[in-house]
Amino acid sequence: MGTGPLLLLATLEGTVMAAVLALAAVGLSLSFGVMRVVNVAHGEFFMLGAVLAWAVAQAVPSAPLGFVAALVICPVLVGALAYAIDAGLLRRLKHDPEATIVATIGLSYILQQGALSLFGPDARPVEAPFTLRLQLPWFGYSGYKLFVVVAAALVLLAVWWVMTRSRAGLVMRATQIDRATARAFGINVDRVYAGTFALGAGLAAVAAVLIVPIQQAHYLMGHDPLLLSFIVVIIGGLGSIRGTLIAALVIGLADGILSMLYPPTLAKIFATLAVALVLVFRPQGLFGARP
Amino acid sequence: MKTLPRRSVLTGLAAGSALALGGLPRFVQAQSAAPIKLGFQLHRTGIGAAYGRWYERTAQAALALVNAQGGINGRPVEILFEDDGTDPKRGAEVVEKLTTQHGCDLIFGPLFSHVVIGSAPRAGELKVPYLVCSEGYHVASGMLNRWTLQPGITDVRAQVSSMAPWVTQTLGKRVTMVFPDYAFGHDHRDFFTEAVKAQGGEVIAQIAVPPTETSFTRYFPQIPAETEVLYHVMVGPAVLTFVKELGEFYGSGDRPQIFGFIDSLEAVDLAAPGLEFLEGTYFWEAHNRVKQADAPEWEATYRAAVGVDDNGASVSDARDVATYSHMFSVWETLFTIKKGMEAAGYQSPADRQKFVEALEAMTTFDAGLDHVQGAKVFNGKTHQVFGSQFISKVEGGKLMRVHQTSIADGQYPDAVDYTAQSF
Amino acid sequence: MTRVLVLHLAVLAGLAALGAVLPAYHHGMMARILMLAVYAIGYNIAFGYTGLLSLGHAMFLGAGMMAAGLWVQQGGSAAAALGLGALAGLGAATLTGVLALRTAGVSFMIVTLMFAQAFYLTLLYFGAITGGDEGFPLPAAGRQLMGLDLSQDGPRYAVALAIFAVALLVQLALVRSRFGRTLVAMRENEERSRMLGYNPFTTKLAALAISGLFSGVAGAGYGLLFGYVGASFATIQYSILPMLYVLLGGAGTTLGPLLGAVLMFYLIDTASSLTELSLAVIGAALLFLVLFAPKGILGTLRDRGIRWLP
Repeated sequence: MGTGPLLLLATLEGTVMAAVLALAAVGLSLSFGVMRVVNVAHGEFFMLGAVLAWAVAQAVPSAPLGFVAALVICPVLVGALAYAIDAGLLRRLKHDPEATIVATIGLSYILQQGALSLFGPDARPVEAPFTLRLQLPWFGYSGYKLFVVVAAALVLLAVWWVMTRSRAGLVMRATQIDRATARAFGINVDRVYAGTFALGAGLAAVAAVLIVPIQQAHYLMGHDPLLLSFIVVIIGGLGSIRGTLIAALVIGLADGILSMLYPPTLAKIFATLAVALVLVFRPQGLFGARP
Repeated sequence: MKTLPRRSVLTGLAAGSALALGGLPRFVQAQSAAPIKLGFQLHRTGIGAAYGRWYERTAQAALALVNAQGGINGRPVEILFEDDGTDPKRGAEVVEKLTTQHGCDLIFGPLFSHVVIGSAPRAGELKVPYLVCSEGYHVASGMLNRWTLQPGITDVRAQVSSMAPWVTQTLGKRVTMVFPDYAFGHDHRDFFTEAVKAQGGEVIAQIAVPPTETSFTRYFPQIPAETEVLYHVMVGPAVLTFVKELGEFYGSGDRPQIFGFIDSLEAVDLAAPGLEFLEGTYFWEAHNRVKQADAPEWEATYRAAVGVDDNGASVSDARDVATYSHMFSVWETLFTIKKGMEAAGYQSPADRQKFVEALEAMTTFDAGLDHVQGAKVFNGKTHQVFGSQFISKVEGGKLMRVHQTSIADGQYPDAVDYTAQSF
Repeated sequence: MTRVLVLHLAVLAGLAALGAVLPAYHHGMMARILMLAVYAIGYNIAFGYTGLLSLGHAMFLGAGMMAAGLWVQQGGSAAAALGLGALAGLGAATLTGVLALRTAGVSFMIVTLMFAQAFYLTLLYFGAITGGDEGFPLPAAGRQLMGLDLSQDGPRYAVALAIFAVALLVQLALVRSRFGRTLVAMRENEERSRMLGYNPFTTKLAALAISGLFSGVAGAGYGLLFGYVGASFATIQYSILPMLYVLLGGAGTTLGPLLGAVLMFYLIDTASSLTELSLAVIGAALLFLVLFAPKGILGTLRDRGIRWLP
């Protein structure tokens, strides 16, 4: 294969990876941004979304219908669970950053166990809502993957709109900037927090439903999205949707191209170190959006 | 005692009743009626859980049959399962727990190589027989110890060497390999490359994929255009993604012959969406997932006992596909344990050394209900068993056998003589 | 001071007595727990006393273990391997600290996590040397320490206890020293300590380096005592483990790491035997702790009256 097609494929793959990253990260970015807590269980919400999508798809006979049903049902279920977790657990910890980290580590074990006990250890496939294989002169490519890119763009756009144009977004931003003042103005901070947490988890589930046709639902699958989401969120900037998008693009494309130049394991080492060093030497990139 | 999953009980009962010797089994001739306790190191959680579940079912089924046949040395047998989380540290602890706390006579069952290598030293120190069902080349390579044996499944080195002649003669001589970038994949890389060379072929590209990878498309452009045979092997939960993306990549365009290790699709339904392109490709299998027309008579009994239908899926859930090319090793290992203990006149843990010596003295296993996968040759010096391998072609969405290797194809010079080591 | 010293010596004496009376299984497990407790002590110095919440300690454990393992595999002695393990842990932690301590809080967590992940991948990449994901068993010849055969139960327990005793007493001396009080000051109020003339960076770097040294010794000891070395010890689960131990026993208490290691070990051990829900049991334990005993067992005891607990 020539350099041109090779670059084309690397770019396609990089873009898809960027979309996956952005989708997985946007929910974390939200709860991280508004609540200032790190949700280690974010990856498990993603996993739950994927596993539930499989369960829903099994119950619905047609693949497109099952997909749409999963896209509606899973985020609601996962969001409701997250709401309950915030109200019942994290609120009692007063959203203390360190206690929340420990609690969400604990939660992630429980959620993994739940998925393992209820759905078993196998990797479960979910059929894509449509099969379209683009046959290029040099290689074939999955049409569904390109759909994921479009869907990611739409989800990000929707989140951006909610955050900047809607009343809910205003309330969330107000809470983010100054919890005490928000409370003084009659905002029910507890509800905002629980709502934000639920929204973040719901977004993780949306991401999972979109991604699960190109990966598989598996009870240990939450680990990778968690790491990647952390990277994207921190490099992109706290609570910044635009930053999340840019970081996802940079990391997605860089990963695709690096792994063409070096032995892939070595490329992974470089990429991991690079992310760490960005964090170390450009801390302003971390909290770029802090008002 | 833990309660058995209902399905295991049912399959166990099925096996028992199918082979009932008329009434209850009698454990009369034994000097001691106390049960023989076997420890099973089980991948119940962690990355090996998909295999572990089937290993547990197979062990339960074999146990039911052994007891229905009168146990071992006339004594009833029981198996204690302990989860190792597919982790080497916990694996060693489980060996210790089963031995010193539960007083198991021996331990068997682990699949993942790192668990085997992490646990074997402790088994050696405790002087407890440790029978692995792993297909790794770690036993015969000499890196382990006298207490560790692999009598139930052929190792990777023999598997890939024995298939190289057929692959190069039938599919093509210019081979590209795609494999996971860790020890299991490296064994494939090293031994298959060597075997292809010996056949006058050439491995023209070796594409290693990091074990943490969840997306694979970007590796496929590295497959050289002049490739005649694409050899793939992948493990872990992302295997289906790997095969699906391979299909998307080649699409309807030209493609080389594709030869895969069934590991790439173990526990995965071949009818999963996106796998249509596998039609006409080839797979290694150690044990044919789809029941073949010429299957030996005991095959049906075995399938009924472990609860697997003629397509290789669970009888109670057609989507629940078995790890069919690996799980027979648990079955065969249990029957080999029975043979070894009876040959050694095994009475108590004091006879553990005699048991290992009895196994080392074995040379051949005949095919039958106790060796369902087929006849085998056991090398007492390297503690490794060798059996025939199968190559299957996907026809109409089903794996149909097209070739069977001879046992001699896979044999290689001994790298170790464990019998020269002290106990 | 005497009261504190007596308590620690009594704990060590108790452990020695246990070595004589424990049945085989618990004897073996206790030797493992002692090594894990050394690791947890290392973690405690960074997290409990200095407030550095790291998710990368598995790198220090793994570095110590791998250095010792490779040394012994090449025919080196076990004593030197322990020293090498300590150095490897110290070196890895110092390198990590120089870079990661430019960040704080959540970023510090992530940076240490990333470094550890890169280290783990490096072990895999150089699989020809390290054994990759499979690791390798250590030769019997290399597991002789001052005439003791570490593959035998008695000597193994004795050596584990000796290493633990040194670690425990060094930790005690450290936290009661002027330097130890600086660490706590750094944890409680970094700005104020800076104004008092302490350099937060060098103080924290020293704490992390010492923490890494303990972790490296624990890794080397674990490898030598149990005869296996592998990359799986450098995975993220092994960074979370000492955090669990320390949180359970009590962060910033000298005996918390041991108590936490014992309790958590047996909790997991029992849970995985009795149920198929071992993961959930760990999770529930964490939630319980963080909700009802955020300071851990000894931390809570210290608050409720036993104020002299170090």
